[in-house]
Amino acid sequence: MTRWVALLGALLCLGAAPSAPTPGVALDVVLADTPAPRLADYRLFADASARRPNAGLTPYALNTPLFSDYAEKRRLIYLPPGKAADWRADGVLAFPVGAVLVKTFAYPADLRRPDDKVRYLETRLLIHKASGWVAQTYVWNEAQTEAVLKRAGARLEATFTDLRGQNRTVDYAVPNQNQCKECHQLDKTLTPIGPKARNLNGILVYADGPENQLAHWTRRGLLTGAPAPAAAPRTARWDDPAEPLEARARAYLDANCAHCHNPRAVASNSGLFLGVEESRAPQLGIGKQPVAAGRGSGNLSVGIAPGHPDASILAFRMASSEPGVMMPELGRALVHEEGVALIRQWIAAMPAR
Amino acid sequence: MVRFVAALISLAALSATAEAKDLTVAPGGDAQERIQTALLDAKPGDTVRLAAGRFELSDGLSLDVDDVTVAGAGPEATVLSFKGQKGAGEGLLITSDRVTVRDLAIEDTRGDGVKSKGADEISFINLRVEWTGGPKETNGAYGVYPVASTNVLIDKVTVKGASDAGIYVGQSKNIVVKRSTAAFNVAGIEIENSMNADVFDNVATHNAGGILVFDLPNLPVMGGHSHRIFNNQVVDNDTQNFAPKGNIVASVPTGTGVMVMANRDVHVFGNRISGNRSSAIMLVSYTRKFDDKSYNPLPRDIVVRDNTIGRNAWDPEFAGGAMVAKMMGGSLPPVIWDGVTTFPGLPGVAKVRLSDGPVLNLNLPGPGLVEQARPSVAKTVGDAVVSEPAAVVLPARQAALSR
Repeated sequence: MTRWVALLGALLCLGAAPSAPTPGVALDVVLADTPAPRLADYRLFADASARRPNAGLTPYALNTPLFSDYAEKRRLIYLPPGKAADWRADGVLAFPVGAVLVKTFAYPADLRRPDDKVRYLETRLLIHKASGWVAQTYVWNEAQTEAVLKRAGARLEATFTDLRGQNRTVDYAVPNQNQCKECHQLDKTLTPIGPKARNLNGILVYADGPENQLAHWTRRGLLTGAPAPAAAPRTARWDDPAEPLEARARAYLDANCAHCHNPRAVASNSGLFLGVEESRAPQLGIGKQPVAAGRGSGNLSVGIAPGHPDASILAFRMASSEPGVMMPELGRALVHEEGVALIRQWIAAMPAR
Repeated sequence: MVRFVAALISLAALSATAEAKDLTVAPGGDAQERIQTALLDAKPGDTVRLAAGRFELSDGLSLDVDDVTVAGAGPEATVLSFKGQKGAGEGLLITSDRVTVRDLAIEDTRGDGVKSKGADEISFINLRVEWTGGPKETNGAYGVYPVASTNVLIDKVTVKGASDAGIYVGQSKNIVVKRSTAAFNVAGIEIENSMNADVFDNVATHNAGGILVFDLPNLPVMGGHSHRIFNNQVVDNDTQNFAPKGNIVASVPTGTGVMVMANRDVHVFGNRISGNRSSAIMLVSYTRKFDDKSYNPLPRDIVVRDNTIGRNAWDPEFAGGAMVAKMMGGSLPPVIWDGVTTFPGLPGVAKVRLSDGPVLNLNLPGPGLVEQARPSVAKTVGDAVVSEPAAVVLPARQAALSR
């Protein structure tokens, strides 16, 4: 009997034992009105350094992502037990309350070895609370043992070796809470940007092998109502030369510009709309004169001069790293040389008017 | 008695819940994070109070809470310096409603000075926005920049050095700009793609152009109309236009007093306009190519009357100006109209009443067709009966801010 009681006691204490299974995601913390002070409070990861996602989180990737100063972005989605996202052919999927999109911005010491000596800078959370989506970011300490809530933004110096073997330094900007919303809003309501069906419609290598993400999510019960991937819309991969140039360029502009340059978003007053659904030439910048560009015009007359990237404000502002000139105006300090090259190639290929 | 006490208690409770607080921030280290945190922590009714002194900022600041006042200790006392700015398109961005920014200075932003987007009932009072190195093409575009807003109040604001417009109101409705000074900008004050602006008691001096009322195509809000530009001092606008090319203001001739482009129901009266070498008042069509059937490029239903017009237009900078001036014996009439009255696809004939003569009518057959000008000069041009827009009335709470 005594032994039985002792055993029971030991069992009850198991939670504290190092060999115990990690408790699941703290849904009460996820849904709380106020943000948790530390990333660890959400229990989204099984370890303090957030290298091992907790049970219930699924990695995902986008065909064409936003450029963020060459940082690696590790994306995870959490859905509460038994909950699924609803299919939407246009825009982001309809995620249930309790959904968390987790994105860690990190620099490997050398971009050519992305899994080696990786420094985490920040982990951003987009949480679907009962009242709507909320954006928070957690900044990692030097020791990579803890990430704490940072609401007012920060600058972090990071170094890495780029794909060409050059040493790079970046004055990396952690956004303030309002800046999160500047990009993540439609009609003044905060919303995710990336996880649209068309941008998820691609292959990801999971622990048990490669699979289309829409198919994987459907099979795992994370997504309902989706058609077969072949019947679903699909965003091109901006960096796949096998895909048509037009599709790659439009995918790039959609991911890098259209969160603001959208009639329902922050840059609506510019009249420049760069989403994939836009088909009107002036709205896309073709022959369009600047409105409030200031020195961002670079002494050029139009957004896009077909056939002439050097005469196109769009390419000029993408190629700048100067505040007041560069576009996007948030989210980068470095020039995305490969992205600029793609857009220049696209403009050059347009028949001159 | 009991009922009285009960009422008193409930009153006290009410005022406690509604009690506004001050969040005071002093200059010093971590100014960026401390101000931004206050702007995030503020609740409706609160004031973010920036103490006297110099704040060195490294990034843009932003406010997204309704009913907040951001107040300094005066435009010479509280200075937000963005000389070391590394990111963001402006110094301070406001995206919430019923916000007042007052009594402070914003210096040397890399892009625009203070911008509000979609922020209704926005007030800028007793501010100084300045690029301290003087007029330069590398300065930011706009000093005070409300856009896509309803109910805009700009009062006792000074802007210097903007490479586009010092005070710029875009795509907005119900606007008051008064008692402000714009100097050494490309454009002093510009009202663009907007409805119902009263611009009065301002000083626009040493800009390339003093006061501009424009409408541009292919924008979500178009068809600007119903503005009153009155009792302003538009004098000595003599800074060489330093706008980066491509921007519409780069086409404003240096030494322009008041310029109206592609708008209707604009009334210009009671202003003192002198010392502007290209023209005192210029009414022109939008001349660039555009692809927008809903856009009207002509100024129409324009009234110019009862202005005090001094020496102007002695050395016009625009194409053909010198030639016409020569024909007229050295200088141009102070009021110039391009004379375009019809445009293909648009109904009607543009009408004006320009009574501060002499008036030069270029009688152009279409926008920008200067080589086909048939210039004529008359004491007055046009007799359009255009009733003056009603005075702009702001919400009472907002109007009370600037008594």
